[in-house]
Amino acid sequence: MKKPIIATASLAGCFGCHMSFLDIDERILKLVELVDIGKSPLTDIKAFTQRYNIGLIEGGCCNSENVRVLQDFRENCDVLISLGECAIMGGLPALRNGIPIEDCLNEAYRDGPTVQLNKEAIMPNDDELPMILDRVYPAHEVVKIDYFLPGCAPRADLIWEALLALLSGDKMDLPYELIKYD
Amino acid sequence: MEKIKFQIDNKECEALYGQMLVDAARDNGIYIPTLCNMQGTNPCGSCRVCTVKINGRYATACTTPVACGMEIESETDEIQEIRNALIELLFNEGNHFCPTCEMSGNCDLQALGYRFDIMAPRFSYQWPKRAVNTDCPYLIIDYNRCIRCKRCIRSIKDEQGKSYFAFLNRGDKIEVSIDTMMAKNMSKELAELAAKNCPVGSILLKGTAYKTPIGERKYDKNRIGSCVENAQLTAKMEELK
Repeated sequence: MKKPIIATASLAGCFGCHMSFLDIDERILKLVELVDIGKSPLTDIKAFTQRYNIGLIEGGCCNSENVRVLQDFRENCDVLISLGECAIMGGLPALRNGIPIEDCLNEAYRDGPTVQLNKEAIMPNDDELPMILDRVYPAHEVVKIDYFLPGCAPRADLIWEALLALLSGDKMDLPYELIKYD
Repeated sequence: MEKIKFQIDNKECEALYGQMLVDAARDNGIYIPTLCNMQGTNPCGSCRVCTVKINGRYATACTTPVACGMEIESETDEIQEIRNALIELLFNEGNHFCPTCEMSGNCDLQALGYRFDIMAPRFSYQWPKRAVNTDCPYLIIDYNRCIRCKRCIRSIKDEQGKSYFAFLNRGDKIEVSIDTMMAKNMSKELAELAAKNCPVGSILLKGTAYKTPIGERKYDKNRIGSCVENAQLTAKMEELK
C-alpha cells in the first residue's frame, strides 16, 4: 500500500510549531516509515504534485499569500490540521487586530523609533509583495479545518500522538499535561 | 441541624439548610465548574458556567439554595455542552492571548478550557478594543482578559464598604472600571487581594510575573476541580481502611 503523504506550511507563524514537530526526536525515523513528507519547508518541496492525505498548518493568515497557500492546501489535502495558537486564534500576530492597518504600517516603516534609513518615507508597495490583510485571520475563518492541536508550541508528544491516531484510526487518549494553550 | 436530602445525577447528597448548590455539591465531592463564584462573597451568577438543570429547569448552581428533594442534572451531555459553549464564548468575546499572558497556567478560564477539552472555539472572534489601566501603583489591569465576573467589584472595598471597582455601560459594552483616585491610594495588601481574586489574568500585581516555572503552575498537572473530586476519593479510601 502506498504510504500516506503529509504537507506542512508555516503561514503567519514563527516556525515554532515546526520546531516542536521536529522535537519528536528519534521518532522521526518511525514517522518516515509510516508516511512520506511532501510539500513542506522541511523538504523544500514547493508545489503539490499529487493528492495529499494530511496538511499541517502553522500560523494564521496575515496577508494575501497566506490565504492563497491555505486555500491551496485545502484543495490538495484530505485532512487539514491547525497546529498551534496562531492557526487557531491568530496568536501573537493578531495582537495588531485592534490597531488600524495604516497605523501599523506607519509604525513599521515611517515613525517607529528604529526606522532611520527610510528618509523619503517610502511604503513598501510592489506587485511581488503580498497585500497585508485588514487583520489576522485564524485558519478556520478562511477554509474548513478538520482538527485543532492547541499550544504555543503544541507539545511534540501531542503532534506525535495526533498523527499516530489519525494514521491508525484509533481514538486519541491524551494525558492532561499535553493539551495546553501556551 | 437537620440536613436536607437531594440528588445530583442520581447520587444521594446532603446539604445544610440555606447552603448554595455549588457549595453543597463540593461538600458531597461533586465538582460543578464555576468562574464568578468565590467563597466568602455573595454569589452573583454572572458567568453562568455553573448552569445545572434542577427538576427540569435551568438554573445557576451558585445562586440557588438547596431545597429538599431537588433532582439535579450536572454531568449530563446536555449540561456539559451548554457549559462548553459558555466557556468558548468567553474566549471569543475578549482578547485572550494565552501565550503572552502571565496568568497562563494559573488561570481558571484556561483551566476550564482544558477540563472541557476545548481545542478551538467554534464561534467567531470579536476582537474588542479594550484598554490597559495602570492607575494603581501596584496593579496592571488588562481589560482585554476581563470576563466581567464581578469578583473584584464584590470583594475589593475600603473601610467604609465602598468598592474600588464598578461596572460601566450595559449589555455587550459593559466593562469594569476602577475609581482613579481610590486606585492611586490603594494599599499593597488590597492590591494583592485583588490580583489573587481575579480568576483570569486581568488584574495583575506588578513585578511578580512568571515566578513559577512552566510545569509547576496551578493547572499544569492538575485538572481544575480535581481537588474536590480527589477529596471524596481520599475520604472513601480512609473509610475502607
